[in-house]
Amino acid sequence: MKRISALVGIVLLAAVGFAMPGSTFAAAPENKAATSTEVKIDNFSFSPAVITVAAGTTIRWTNRDDIPHTVVSDDHTTFKSKVLDTDEQFTYTFTKPGTYSYFCSVHPKMTGKVVVQ
Amino acid sequence: MKQDDDSAIIRPRETDRISHDHHHDGIDRRGFLKCMAWVGTGTFCVMKGGVLSSYSLGALPFRGHESKGELSFVQISDSHMGFDKPANTDVVGTFKAAVDKINALPVAPEFILHTGDISHLSKPAEFDTVDQLLKSASAKDVFFVPGEHDVLNDDGKQYLERYGKGTEGSGWYSFEKSGVHFVGLVNVMNLKAGGLGSLGQEQLDWLQKDVKHLSHSTPIVVFAHIPLWSVYPEWGWGTDDSAQALSYLKRFGSVSVLNGHIHQIMQKVEGNVTFHTAASTAFPQPKPGEGPSPGPMKVPADQLRRVLGITDVKQVQHSHALAVTDADLA
Repeated sequence: MKRISALVGIVLLAAVGFAMPGSTFAAAPENKAATSTEVKIDNFSFSPAVITVAAGTTIRWTNRDDIPHTVVSDDHTTFKSKVLDTDEQFTYTFTKPGTYSYFCSVHPKMTGKVVVQ
Repeated sequence: MKQDDDSAIIRPRETDRISHDHHHDGIDRRGFLKCMAWVGTGTFCVMKGGVLSSYSLGALPFRGHESKGELSFVQISDSHMGFDKPANTDVVGTFKAAVDKINALPVAPEFILHTGDISHLSKPAEFDTVDQLLKSASAKDVFFVPGEHDVLNDDGKQYLERYGKGTEGSGWYSFEKSGVHFVGLVNVMNLKAGGLGSLGQEQLDWLQKDVKHLSHSTPIVVFAHIPLWSVYPEWGWGTDDSAQALSYLKRFGSVSVLNGHIHQIMQKVEGNVTFHTAASTAFPQPKPGEGPSPGPMKVPADQLRRVLGITDVKQVQHSHALAVTDADLA
């Protein structure tokens, strides 16, 4: 946690961000110093399928397919989006280091991984 | 994928009369496959006591013989009500065309099977629209199984409230019609990361029990959304534990497996089991591996209805005959 605190210490609204660790509905940080990154859902695959980020990073998935998809952690509990229709998005902030495997619960052949350092 | 003469995936191409009988059992599998391949373009295949015959649609053997104890029903699939993308901006219109097609069949079907993906996004209004449109079908009884699009967000709660009366578990059930045993299975629930369709142990146990009391001569029709055979696992077109389910059906002389999900007609014959997937009423999907993904395939507007369709199935009592006919919506 010390490392995370150091990372976001410069962010004015750090206290707000940490009030809801891992919140599904965390707003994208407005300060450019905060990290956020994109994963596209396209052609029934997550792109990039494996992504490495620093703790505290918010990942935003956007569905570019004509078919609905979901973003669900393999344990079904860490994070779980509602169904995402075309162009809909899901965000999740990864606060703890670790490897998070996830998949689309509608099309389980679609798998991805987030490595949080 | 395993491919040989006995288990080749085939698509509409050409037909032959019986010319091969490698297994010396009176069944020309290659000929049957080729014949079955024709169903998409309007030929009609019947297997009687292991002997194959084919008829053109212009000379249907069953026309006018409704009273002889035969059973006729229709399979529709993947209506995706609510879908509005370029591959088909009028899924209501094509669904209506499917109902018109049903109502125009020479032998009125006794009932309709809908093999899932009734809705596109599991929205109440989408289910309502399908229910409403089906009211004008000549057959009043409709039997459903859910597709993955029907159980989004709520683990199938709404689906069960609407269509699950008298069913077990997540919506599986069986019923008898004219001596044929029908089994509706659910393979779109509790899917695991990296996996295919799944029936689950509880349903498998139920199936084993359900067919235990039946005599081996009882014709069996199994219907489920995702194919119960390995069509193309790379795109999730298969069911992880289908082999277990089919093992309970091995002793039966006639087993027909009707699926949807892949939005195209395919057949396979393996021993006494005939596998068949139906076309969608909403939009086509590419052939396995052709294209970057199994997403909706856009075809020229004037060709759309040629790649959508319904499936007409007839089972003739006392003759072990099954006839599957696919008709496009053009």
